Amino acid sequence: MKPKFLVGGVVILIALGYMIWAGVTQSAVYFVTPTELTAAPVAGKAYRLGGLVAPGSLKWEPRTLDLTFTMSDGRATVPVRHKGAAPDLFGEGRGAVVEGQWTGDGYFKASLIMAKHSEEYKAPHDTKESQSKVLIKTLEEPKR
Amino acid sequence: MIPELGTGALLVALVLCLYGAVMAALGARRGRTAYVESAQHAALAVFVLVTTCILLLIYAFLTFDFSVRYVANNTNLGTPFYYRITAVWGALEGSIVLWSWMLTVYTLVVVLRHRTSARELYPYVLTVMLSVISFFLLVMTVAAPVFARSLPIPADGRGLNPLLEDSGMITHPVALYLGFTGFTVPFAFAIAALITGRVGDFWITTTRRWTILAWYFLALGLLIGGWWSYHVLGWGGYWAWDPVENAAFMPWLTGTAFLHSVMIQERRRMLRLWNIALVILTFSLTLFGTFLTRSGVIASVHAFTQGAIGIFFLSFLALVVLTSLALIAWRWDVLGAQGTLDSVVSRESAFLLNNVLLVAAAFTVFFGTVFPLISEAVRGVKVSVGAPFFNQVNVPLFLSLMFLMGVGPLIAWRRASLENLKRNFLWPIVIGAVAALVLRLLGVRSTVAVVALALTIFVTATIAVDLLRATRARRLMGERALPALGGLLLRHNRRYGGFIVHLAVLVMAVGVTGSQAWSVHTETTLQKGEQTELGGYTVRFDGLRESQESNHGKVTGSFTVVAGRGAGDVLEPAKKFYPQEQSPIAYVDYRLGFVDDLYLVLGDFARDGSHATVKMQVNRMVSWIWIGGLILTLGTLLAVLPEQRKTA
Repeated sequence: MKPKFLVGGVVILIALGYMIWAGVTQSAVYFVTPTELTAAPVAGKAYRLGGLVAPGSLKWEPRTLDLTFTMSDGRATVPVRHKGAAPDLFGEGRGAVVEGQWTGDGYFKASLIMAKHSEEYKAPHDTKESQSKVLIKTLEEPKR
Repeated sequence: MIPELGTGALLVALVLCLYGAVMAALGARRGRTAYVESAQHAALAVFVLVTTCILLLIYAFLTFDFSVRYVANNTNLGTPFYYRITAVWGALEGSIVLWSWMLTVYTLVVVLRHRTSARELYPYVLTVMLSVISFFLLVMTVAAPVFARSLPIPADGRGLNPLLEDSGMITHPVALYLGFTGFTVPFAFAIAALITGRVGDFWITTTRRWTILAWYFLALGLLIGGWWSYHVLGWGGYWAWDPVENAAFMPWLTGTAFLHSVMIQERRRMLRLWNIALVILTFSLTLFGTFLTRSGVIASVHAFTQGAIGIFFLSFLALVVLTSLALIAWRWDVLGAQGTLDSVVSRESAFLLNNVLLVAAAFTVFFGTVFPLISEAVRGVKVSVGAPFFNQVNVPLFLSLMFLMGVGPLIAWRRASLENLKRNFLWPIVIGAVAALVLRLLGVRSTVAVVALALTIFVTATIAVDLLRATRARRLMGERALPALGGLLLRHNRRYGGFIVHLAVLVMAVGVTGSQAWSVHTETTLQKGEQTELGGYTVRFDGLRESQESNHGKVTGSFTVVAGRGAGDVLEPAKKFYPQEQSPIAYVDYRLGFVDDLYLVLGDFARDGSHATVKMQVNRMVSWIWIGGLILTLGTLLAVLPEQRKTA
């Protein structure tokens, strides 16, 4: 009976490996800063864009539910469009992570906005990359 | 005063704890009962000291003693009474205190229950328990000093995270930590079994109730966490595959595997090594979960070195794993199986497959959770996999597990004959297949939903077949139907407790399936008096109202909801404004139902109340998940009742 169990085990392992591989390739989301996104934007690829909501850029149209703003990391800016009201903790000059796609029409289409306030991040005009890394680190994986 | 008293008590407890750990082991090696008794006294003293610490902390919170930094950081003068108590475990330092306190309670119960019944293993069990407590005491004094002084003493505290001002916060961490810490007991017994070489069934039968309770509390913690997420966080879901959730889910999965695999060892003398490995894995995962969620490592591989917590937990985890592996290697020759697998179509195989699938599920959750870390460390790019990954990989695994849930308890041991298979599974399979067909005809489009619901019906049918047959046997002996059923449940309480837990899981599966397949949501801006429609509900915006609560201001929206032709009902979602927070916190309002939940979140609004943006969700079948939790409780209670079979 032993060989049967061995074969079964191998089949399960292969199936599991395949499912994980397929799952990763289909649902991988790349975490980028505005600088990294503008350097090499790929339309249709899933991104998680982290940065600051540039002051003065936030526009909200309640009738049509259009939310537009600019994400910045001090070096580059990315225009973002979203359908729906902003979540709690979201605001100008504050950190946010938006998930969505680069459209190729010159803006980022956000499907999900994750905002998190953090005591750690520095003033929005820090231009050193290390600072923006610190910022992004504090913004990762917030609770929806 | 309190910072000094608390720190002092913790230090004394740490010393006593280490002393007790050493003395218990020495006593066992040299056969000196006096040493072990001394260790017992140390364990009692540690319990008293840690209890004192937690009481001191509660006292500090109740009296607003801001000289304790932890109190100042997690409460302010406006924090209501109840939440000042729950704030004790509202952040890292306090959670560790609660964790350690529970460990000392468990240790005390172990002393009381097992000091005579498990004579040979017991001293080492005590050593392991006290060693684990020592680690947490070390964390509390060095890495996350809960009684650190704040200088200068602030006039007011920073306040509790508003999201934690909820009744779920009273029960959720308590249940979760009871589960986490509960697995320390079977782990300690497993290590003691390895040290003494008594790796037979004794440690497993002795810790059966401990394992079930730890497993139950973990399940309860996860469920209450889901409920908290559902009614507080305002995104309308109960599970997000968030690292914090995964951290608790992984040990639950391996713990579930352990609960099943011990039955094989009891019955067939197999899987000794596997069982010991599983309980070590489960315990390690509880530590890993804390490491993952508390060290900041999730944010970045490089973050965890910034705080001491990460290094502490990682080192302790490494110590636990390496020591365990060394012990297993040392006892390798006695860990071999005595029984063998006879046939692929047998109960052993079904249980084995169940274990493989549960561990596989735990692995995929682990993999998905740490994937960003791996990719950052290896490729320097942060890539995360979200809910789609977890769902895609786990759904097939969970559906297979559901199928096994129907097969495992009924199929014959060793080798199932065709007659046995027909007798047990013919009708359930027919009923399940018919159900699948009917669901398709009723217009259920999602294949996953059809399969999940058909499997639910199949498993329910197997349970029904078993119960009917057993009750009929009793009725033939002259008992009446209901007393026969009751006697059956009580006499075979382990088996039927398990069946009821299985039913609970099925009920939850219906809830998860239904909410995934049939929930609908929309977001819209309504003018005052305007109405909108979703999923059979009509919602009208009636205006806004401002008010002031004890520690926050509040803007409440008023919405009249009409379902079908019923009378109107008013829902009042709000935004709460806490002075210590930069932005408002949504306060969800909802109506729960057996089939539908209506769920409203106030998005944005005009201050004059002329219009408001509202997120509306009609979530289907979600209540079944909470009902499943109640059934789970009943089943667990039945399973841990003392067995009556032997006396009959």
